[in-house]
Amino acid sequence: MRSRIRPLLLFAPGAIVLAACGSTSTSGPSASPDPFSGSITVFAASSLTSPFNTAEKGLELDHPGFTAQYSYGSSQALVTQIINGAPADVIATANTSTMQQLVAKGLVDTPQAFVKNKLEIIVAPGNPKNIKGLADLATPGLSVVLAMAGVPVGDYATKALKAANVSVTPKSLESDDALVVEQVESGNADAALVFVTDVVSAASKVTGIAIPDAQNVIGTYEIAVLKSSTNTTAAQAFVTSAVSGDIQTELLSVGFLKAS
Amino acid sequence: MSRGVTRRPLLGLLIPAAVAVLFIALPLIGLLAHVDWSNLPSQLVSTDVLTALRLSLECSVIAVVISLLIGVPLAYLLARTSLPGRRIVRGLVTLPLVLPPVVGGIALQTALGRTTPIGTLLDHFGIVLPFSTAGAAIAEAFVGFPFLVITVEAGLRQRDDHFEEVAATLGARPWRRFWEVTLPLAAPSIAAGAALCWARALGEFGATITFAGSFPGTTETLPIAAYSSFEGSGQIGMAITLSLLLLAISVLVLVVLRDRWLGALR
Repeated sequence: MRSRIRPLLLFAPGAIVLAACGSTSTSGPSASPDPFSGSITVFAASSLTSPFNTAEKGLELDHPGFTAQYSYGSSQALVTQIINGAPADVIATANTSTMQQLVAKGLVDTPQAFVKNKLEIIVAPGNPKNIKGLADLATPGLSVVLAMAGVPVGDYATKALKAANVSVTPKSLESDDALVVEQVESGNADAALVFVTDVVSAASKVTGIAIPDAQNVIGTYEIAVLKSSTNTTAAQAFVTSAVSGDIQTELLSVGFLKAS
Repeated sequence: MSRGVTRRPLLGLLIPAAVAVLFIALPLIGLLAHVDWSNLPSQLVSTDVLTALRLSLECSVIAVVISLLIGVPLAYLLARTSLPGRRIVRGLVTLPLVLPPVVGGIALQTALGRTTPIGTLLDHFGIVLPFSTAGAAIAEAFVGFPFLVITVEAGLRQRDDHFEEVAATLGARPWRRFWEVTLPLAAPSIAAGAALCWARALGEFGATITFAGSFPGTTETLPIAAYSSFEGSGQIGMAITLSLLLLAISVLVLVVLRDRWLGALR
C-alpha cells in the first residue's frame, strides 16, 4: 500500500486564481480551472530529455504553480522502476513494447502514440573515418557502440543492421542513448547508432550521417498516465500537450516526427 | 579480555542493534526469497552467466596482480621509510576508498581514454583501454588497490623491524633482507590485503562501466551483467541469479579467509 501526502494540493486554489489572471491560453471557457496545477513526476525516455526540459520552462511560465519533475532513462529501466513501485504520474517510452509491459500489468491508462523517431549514424565531428552508411559500420577496426538489447534505440539499431544485412560487433552496449552519444563525444567510439533527435541535442560535438528511409527504422513513442497518479488532472493535461499541444510543437521542432 | 564478568545487556541498546542486524539481513532474505530455485541450475550454467563469471575472475585476478606489483612496494616505503610527502601519498592512495567509483571511471577516462595523450600513444602500439578487458582490469585495480596498500602497510607497522636489524647485523644486504625477512613476515597481511582487494575488484561496477563500457565477454563482468539484466533488458530473474552468485562468492571469501583476514585486521 502506498499513500502519498499531497501538500502541493493545498496551493491548488491559489494556482487556479493565478492561472485565471495570468494564463495566456485563450482556449476553453474562462471559468474552468487550469488543469496544469500542482506537481507531477514524469518518467521519460532519455531521448526526450532536451525537448521536455525546454517545454517545462514554457509550462512553468504559462501556468504558475505548476511544476513537473523528470526522471530520464532507458524506457526499459523506467518501466522496471514503475513495476517495482516508483511513484510517477506520466510515463513516456521510446517504443511500444516497454509500454505494453505496463499495460499488461494494468498500471497505466490507454497509452497514446505521440511522436516517431528514426535512426541516424553519429561519428566524430567532421567524419574523419568517412562513414557513409550502415554498411561502413562493419569496417574492420572501426569502434562502434550501440545500446543494449531491450533498450529501444538498441533494438531499433539491431533491426536496421539486420535488415541491411550488416554484421557489426559493437565494442560496448550502453544502457541508454545518452551514454551511446557520450562514447562518440569522448572519442572512445568512432561511430554509433542513435535517434536523429539525439544528434540535434548533441549539437556540434558529433556529426550525424543520415540513413535513407528505406534502410531506417521508425520507432513510435507512447505516453500514458499512470493509474497510481496522485494528480491525474495535470498528468492528463501533460499527455494532451505532448500529443497535440505545446510539448508536441517543441518535440517537432527538435526533429521528432508526427505520430500519424 | 576479562573473563567471567557477566553483565546484563543494556536493553535500550538491544533494539537499535536488532534493527542493525535486520537492516543487513532483510535485503539478503528478500534476494533469497525471489530466487527462482527451479530454474537456478540451468541459469547458472548458461553461456551468459559463465561468460560473465570467467571475465570477472580474469579481471579481478589481473587487478590483484597489478595491485601486488605496485602496492606492496608502496606499502613498504610508506611503513618503513620517512620519505618526504609520505602523508600526502598515503592520503592520495586512500582516496579511491572514499571516491565514488564512477568518479574514478571518469578520471581514468580523462587520463587514459582513446583521445587523451596517453591513449593516443598507446593506440600507436595497438592498445586501446576503453572497451577492453585490460581497461576493465585497470578500473578494478584503481578501486581495489588501496585495500591492499593499507592492509600491508598496517601489517608492516604492527611488526617492529628488529628481525630486519638482526639480519642486517648478520651481514644480509638490503635486497636480501627485503626478500627473505620483510616479505615473509608480511605474508599474512599481504594475503589479507590481496583478498580484500580481490573482493572489491570482483564487485567493482561504477569505475568499470564508466571507463571500459559493457560488452559480454570483453567488459561485462558479473555486477555489470546483473545491472544490464535489471536495467536494460528487464530480466529481473537473471539479475537475481547473478546477484545470488556474487553473494555466494562473497560469503565464500569471508569463510575461507576469515582467520587470515580478521587476524591481520584485528
